[in-house]
Amino acid sequence: MAVKLYIDAIREAMQEEMRQNPNVFVLGEDVGLRGGVFRVTQGMIEEFGPERVMDTPLAESAIVGVAIGAAAYGMRPIAEIQFADFIMPAVNQIISEAAKLRYRTQGDWHCPLVIRAPYGGGVHGALYHSQSVEALFYHVPGLKIVTPATAADAKGLLRAALRDPDPVLYFEHKGMYRAIRDDVPEGDFTVPIGKARVAREGDDLTVITYGLMVHHTLTAAERLAADGISTHVIDLRSILPLDREAILEAARRTGKVLIVHEDNKTGGIGAEVSALIAEEALFDLDAPIARLCGPDVPAMPFSAPLEAFYMLNSTKIEDAMRKLAAF
Amino acid sequence: MYRTMVLTRLLDERMWLLNRAGKIPFVVSCKGQEGSQIGAAFALDPARDYVAPYYRDFGVVLRFGMSARDIMLSAYAKAEDPNSGGRQMPGHFSSRTRHILSGSSPVSTQIPHAVGIALAARMRGEKLVTYTSFGEGSSNQGDFHEAANFAGVHKLPVIFFCENNLYAISVPQNRQLGCAHVSDRAIGYGMPGVLVDGNDVLAVYEAVSQAVLRGLNGEGPTLIEAVSYRINPHSSDDDDRSYRSRDEVEEAKKNDALEVFRDELMRCGVWSKEDEEALRKELQRVVDEATEYAQKAPLAEPETTLDHVYAK
Repeated sequence: MAVKLYIDAIREAMQEEMRQNPNVFVLGEDVGLRGGVFRVTQGMIEEFGPERVMDTPLAESAIVGVAIGAAAYGMRPIAEIQFADFIMPAVNQIISEAAKLRYRTQGDWHCPLVIRAPYGGGVHGALYHSQSVEALFYHVPGLKIVTPATAADAKGLLRAALRDPDPVLYFEHKGMYRAIRDDVPEGDFTVPIGKARVAREGDDLTVITYGLMVHHTLTAAERLAADGISTHVIDLRSILPLDREAILEAARRTGKVLIVHEDNKTGGIGAEVSALIAEEALFDLDAPIARLCGPDVPAMPFSAPLEAFYMLNSTKIEDAMRKLAAF
Repeated sequence: MYRTMVLTRLLDERMWLLNRAGKIPFVVSCKGQEGSQIGAAFALDPARDYVAPYYRDFGVVLRFGMSARDIMLSAYAKAEDPNSGGRQMPGHFSSRTRHILSGSSPVSTQIPHAVGIALAARMRGEKLVTYTSFGEGSSNQGDFHEAANFAGVHKLPVIFFCENNLYAISVPQNRQLGCAHVSDRAIGYGMPGVLVDGNDVLAVYEAVSQAVLRGLNGEGPTLIEAVSYRINPHSSDDDDRSYRSRDEVEEAKKNDALEVFRDELMRCGVWSKEDEEALRKELQRVVDEATEYAQKAPLAEPETTLDHVYAK
């Protein structure tokens, strides 16, 4: 095991898969010479050349649409969308085409495509460089969605996505690129899509979360532990499919559930997790299910106090956890 | 070529009739566009090339190996329909083994896919061209422009084939295009733009053959606009009397590619009235048998609605 940065784990997953599988290639805006605006693909054009680390015209629908055609033909494209906010012009290609290709041909064609997109706020990215867009795609059968919170998961989930026969949206939180580092196993390992991770074991309350909020929640859990409150933390890792068993087991374990996500509250992943628990485990609960999420405003503002107001942090999460623990 | 044109026409007319008789719920027609489709498809090699067709391309998919029976199974939405097992409306063609890429109903989405196939093939060192077709209305969609530009930048062997039938449902060409011709747009994407009479099947064949050569020689994509006329309404649910005169439709029928080609063949002395009668009789039987087979074929089991969302 070696300690690695989140961003390096993503790059390594791509490099290693590309060395193993000649069908894997990256395409997107600035991914080549520049190595990506965040430098995620840095150095890759030197190793794999401009055909396999392909700078494309600035046109998201074509980046995804061309990748769909290549995937259908038998390649394994990684289509990079520079910021998740800019995925909107490609939504028709993702929802109408990638998600439905297998279904509408009864498996005659399929679309083994990975779409990588940096998402999330707290980096002074304002309205259009801060959004969480996972809930938009959560509603679409045929897609898979993952959001790794650790470097190890970033590598393992990307590898799993690159071996998956169906389209996978891989949302990487840009705030974690260089802020998160952890032990990444050596060798050829994958993290299975659809399996949640117990990020911390505890008995008094359960927090279900994903992405950057996993780290804020763990910080808050440490503070609660100092006061003798023990928190069970679930990192979903996969948004679609959700790990239903892990969610229900964690809810039953403590009887008190808080769901935390950076994305808006209304119609978010938390609503689905909450409905699942209400349907399947209501009588195991000791308190109403609580949600702490981004506010229902269109997007995150630029100025520092407005951004801080919008963004969740460990203090806000700690307050919500204490309130639930005291119920 | 003429044989496939006639088969396309007979299938089209049969489906229209079956719809009017209440036997099949929906049809889109290619009547009037057979010259464009057959001219283009015969310039391609079904064993080598790939097509990402649009929903009127019955002539193209027949050339790429679909049978009259396949078309009828799709019209009746039967389980055996090779395109989608009855999941999609008719006209949404698909067959992996026949190099026909599945398409959807939002228009132009198939155009970047054709570019992707060309890109993938080049990365693998395989020589082929991809054909993708669309109407003049669809040429206004972002996907057309994004895909054409992508192919132009990367010099990919794609044939962008516009079947201009002069109407996008009810909206005429002069309300669709800010320029005179779709083919005029080619210069913006660094490729030749070719305007051809879609009712002249041999002229279309010639234009597409040139584009195939360009593609195989690594010279990049070509945009071809074949102008013809959609003789029927947009679909079986459309009534074109609200937006175009009967005189206009009758006038267009005089340039019907099928008749133009037949007359030409007869003038050259390679086709006769007897040949025509024999062919019609033979193909009519093919269409009858296909209709009968499809009508009797079983529908899909309802529970199969849940299948094929993800790989097993």
